[in-house]
Amino acid sequence: MSDFIEKKSSGEIDINSVPFTEVDQPGPASLAQQAKGFWVTFSTMFKKNQTVQYPDVKAPTQPRFHGRHQLNRHPDGLEKCIGCELCAWACPADAIYVEGGNNTPGNQMSPGERHGAVYQINYLRCIFCGLCVEACPTRALTMTNEYELADDKREKLIFEKEDLLAPLRQGMLAPPHPMYPGMTDTNYYNGDVKEAHPSQVEK
Amino acid sequence: MTTAELLAQDPGWLIGVKALLVFVICVVSTLMAVWTERRVLAKMQLRTGPNRVGPAGLLQSLSDGVKLALKEDIIPAAADKVVFIIAPIIATAMCFMSFAVIPMTGIVSIFGHKTALQLTDLPVGVLYVLAVTSIGVYGVVLAGWSSGSTYPLLGGLRSSAQVISYEVAMGLSLVAVFIYAGSMSTSAIVDSQHQHIWNAVVLFPSFVIYVISMVGETNRAPFDLAEAEGELVGGFHTEYSSLKFALFFLAEYVNIIAVSALATTLFLGGYHALPGLGFTEQWLGGWFTFIWFLLKVNFFFFIFMWLRGSLPRLRYDQFMKFGWKVLIPFSLVWILIVATLRVLQQQNAPRVAIIAFAAGVVILVMGASSLFERNKEKVRNTDLPAGEAPNFPVPELPHVQSINVSGGK
Repeated sequence: MSDFIEKKSSGEIDINSVPFTEVDQPGPASLAQQAKGFWVTFSTMFKKNQTVQYPDVKAPTQPRFHGRHQLNRHPDGLEKCIGCELCAWACPADAIYVEGGNNTPGNQMSPGERHGAVYQINYLRCIFCGLCVEACPTRALTMTNEYELADDKREKLIFEKEDLLAPLRQGMLAPPHPMYPGMTDTNYYNGDVKEAHPSQVEK
Repeated sequence: MTTAELLAQDPGWLIGVKALLVFVICVVSTLMAVWTERRVLAKMQLRTGPNRVGPAGLLQSLSDGVKLALKEDIIPAAADKVVFIIAPIIATAMCFMSFAVIPMTGIVSIFGHKTALQLTDLPVGVLYVLAVTSIGVYGVVLAGWSSGSTYPLLGGLRSSAQVISYEVAMGLSLVAVFIYAGSMSTSAIVDSQHQHIWNAVVLFPSFVIYVISMVGETNRAPFDLAEAEGELVGGFHTEYSSLKFALFFLAEYVNIIAVSALATTLFLGGYHALPGLGFTEQWLGGWFTFIWFLLKVNFFFFIFMWLRGSLPRLRYDQFMKFGWKVLIPFSLVWILIVATLRVLQQQNAPRVAIIAFAAGVVILVMGASSLFERNKEKVRNTDLPAGEAPNFPVPELPHVQSINVSGGK
């Protein structure tokens, strides 16, 4: 029972026990006020419209817009992804599939022992929440501002590792290649490696 | 020579050409109207509207129409097949037919023949328009009924009730025009306005009533209850698809153009130029009058768009109340006044009598409206008598059977 309704022995509620506020009913608006509404729509016709001519003009997104994912690289070109699957576990939509693989001397894809051998993101399921990015321990996975992700086949919307990997920049060397001589995976993690080793680049 | 005599001299082939012209004008102006409406409404909402197909999006409605025609045509299993197919044909054909008596130009020459762009000139032309639009309602009713489904049935009933009620108000507003012009022929009414002054000025109340009821008649916003998406899906055309739906769509817009054209003819001086610009009527061998006609029709069409952009939809009972309790009584009183004035004028009554009558009417109207206002105020200020407050049942609560929520002080 709420506070203001008391039990009455008669079984009826006394109206005086219910707080009552009188509301003023507004009458119909005056003709001038009604005409005002028409003026709003009429004057709007001469204002600058807000439409962005999308395919011709692309408005930049906010810098932190959640777009397509990107798998980043260390400055020497090795992948940052270590195949830990934490992103896949974090994903609430079950959009990410990862298979880890061992790094061998002849096939060093990332610093340390493991790399992501298979990496798929299903953009039919992805909700762009960014929990995967938060979960990533090596900052391998981040999001770009690219939002044009429509396609005509479902298969085309499952992005593979090649589709997601960041491009090779200045000073980077395409993996697989050995780690920078004298550097450990901790050095990589701390950002001590600035570029690919000259001896590797020459080859 | 009157227009009727002029048109009577038309050879058969010319009548055919004109019928074709009227049809083409209706269809093309529908395509243009859809595009214009989308653009203007977009402007009112800070948008651009269709601008990609053709220059400035002009071909948008054409491509939409082609797309619509190529869609799968579904006839519901529960539908009455024959009636289902006939209904859109009736609706569309009747809309086109009402255009036959609209005078669109003054005297022009078509293939060397002196004539006017008006298919035929009936002595009862305006009545013919009202009759034909009434038959058009059959299309709506039959479509709703033959669909074999609930929403279309309700929508069809609604829109037919709506069209019929507003046609009464529309017809009454036209009576004043007939009285004033002394004719029911469209071309004669245009001529009488050319000799005197536009009916929109002399018969301003009739003009207002006509404009309101033409919106109600065409089932357009804010009177588009028949297609209230939230209540009835699409109204009477819910079950229609493909070309049959396109026909209803066409009918709606041709209807809008037809009532606008009728309004132009009856109230805005038809194809004649604005007062003071009469010399333009001779330009392009008389064809410039057609431009004046189109300008005036577009003025009304703009009102349609403006209303749609500004007003929310009415509730059905409010709408019916407005039609039967406001428009119709008001036009009846107005017709009485116009008729009396007309008789006084024709009997060559002294100017004093006319002015006295007009003054009497004004005083009566003012007195009635102030009485009405005072009564409204009285009702608003009346307190509910104590002890007569209504009791509302409430969900079952221990020891509580009902709750009294009226205003005690």
